[in-house]
Amino acid sequence: MKKLLSEFLKGIVKENPTFVLVLGLCPTLAVSVSLINGIGMGIAATFVLLGSNIIVSLIKNIVPDRIRIPCFIVVIATFVTITELVMKAYSPALNRALGIYVPLIVVNCIVLGRAEAYAQRQTVLNSLFDGLGMGVGFTLALILISGIRESLGAGKILGYTLFKRFEPVFVLGMPSGALLLIGLLLGFFNVLKNRRT
Amino acid sequence: MRNRLIVSASPHLHKAESVSKIMWMVIISLIPAGAAGVFIFGASALWVIILGVVSALATEGVLQILTKRKITILDGSAIITGILLAYNLPPRVPFWIPIIGSFFSIAIGKQIFGGLGQNIFNPALAGRVFLMASWPKYMTTFTPPASYDAITSATPLALIKEGRVLQNFSYLDLFLGKRAGCIGEVCILALLLGALFLLLRGYISWHIPITYVFTVAAFTFVFGSKALFRGDWLFHILSGGLILGAFFMATDYVTSPLTRKGQVIFGIGCGIVTSIIRLWGGYPEGVSYAILMMNAATPIIDRYTKIRVYGTK
Repeated sequence: MKKLLSEFLKGIVKENPTFVLVLGLCPTLAVSVSLINGIGMGIAATFVLLGSNIIVSLIKNIVPDRIRIPCFIVVIATFVTITELVMKAYSPALNRALGIYVPLIVVNCIVLGRAEAYAQRQTVLNSLFDGLGMGVGFTLALILISGIRESLGAGKILGYTLFKRFEPVFVLGMPSGALLLIGLLLGFFNVLKNRRT
Repeated sequence: MRNRLIVSASPHLHKAESVSKIMWMVIISLIPAGAAGVFIFGASALWVIILGVVSALATEGVLQILTKRKITILDGSAIITGILLAYNLPPRVPFWIPIIGSFFSIAIGKQIFGGLGQNIFNPALAGRVFLMASWPKYMTTFTPPASYDAITSATPLALIKEGRVLQNFSYLDLFLGKRAGCIGEVCILALLLGALFLLLRGYISWHIPITYVFTVAAFTFVFGSKALFRGDWLFHILSGGLILGAFFMATDYVTSPLTRKGQVIFGIGCGIVTSIIRLWGGYPEGVSYAILMMNAATPIIDRYTKIRVYGTK
């Protein structure tokens, strides 16, 4: 039980996919304009991670080594298709906002990275908790980035105006501002990490 | 006599220069342009300059205390950054614009890279571009000279960009600064006085500014109007921030190439990018973007223009 808990927790802080492994920056940069997009993207990626980690771990003994990547991609694509269809049915607005970045979860390097580096040599239960932890870590990072970008870049949070007399920092709503912010956050977390060790 | 013998390794050259002395000389050379700006636009321009300098100094000091570095607020470099940032702002911006701009210039443009000498981009221009991208409304609202009301007016370059014909302006007005624009860029005469001082004292070399200005002149002469070789090159030299940028910001020691050959490439590159943005780009003025882009190219220019050490291949 303790092992499972640490498998879960490592994805949130010690091996956070965004700030420590620096994976999946493309969707992070693209969809973190507003908090709701960030949360939606995080949940979608978490679901795909969970599903693909479990299946990859289940089929690890029957997949020939030389064609394992195509097999993993098919598994991941299945879960991404499910996610996209569900999103289209129940939350079309979010689907429109995320656009091409929902199908692009297929090539999100966090998902394939966990399948390749973790799930294909671990038990199903371990992989499940690893996928969940990584997904939650990714979601939390997205919430942090998109929360800062929406509140300072547009003066709103979840669509509600925060401050009355506030001149939004326009650049944070643009890709250049997102790159700058992610760089600063990465540096900040590195400083924290170095301080602790 | 016996105490005067100094044993040291070569080179044995000695010059009474230091970083802070050069910085203070640059500050002196910038005074005429600022004085002209305050004279032309009134007291609000002075407030912008003061706020820019004070917040640049405060940011530098606070960050150096927080990161436990040596406190170097008196070496003049932060003052120059504050002055240059303020010179690049319209005279009637809200008070928080120069404060945030100076903070960004010093914190993100300079200290995050490790302080003076480590930064990739010219800090003042980084601050200006951040302000331009964040609050374009305030950064492009200009007031005509010597007006104490809140009348707005476009800069000559912005008017040209909109395809309008300039009426009753003369080259002399542009040279003396009788036009709308940023605080420090308008009075070419004052800028040239300061630049001449720096050139004669040897603090900057002519390579970057002269090639920069000549490239812009040549490019706008050839492509500046619908027919080839009909462009108004003198107008392009005298308007916008070209002179301020070419003599005071493109020549920044830290962010420009080291060798003479590299500096010529740098100047020509700045000139081409500036002209392209002015003639065909989305913005009326391109000096700050041109210098920042060439700042990014500086390491590679330095690499290919390295001076061959005698006796090596």
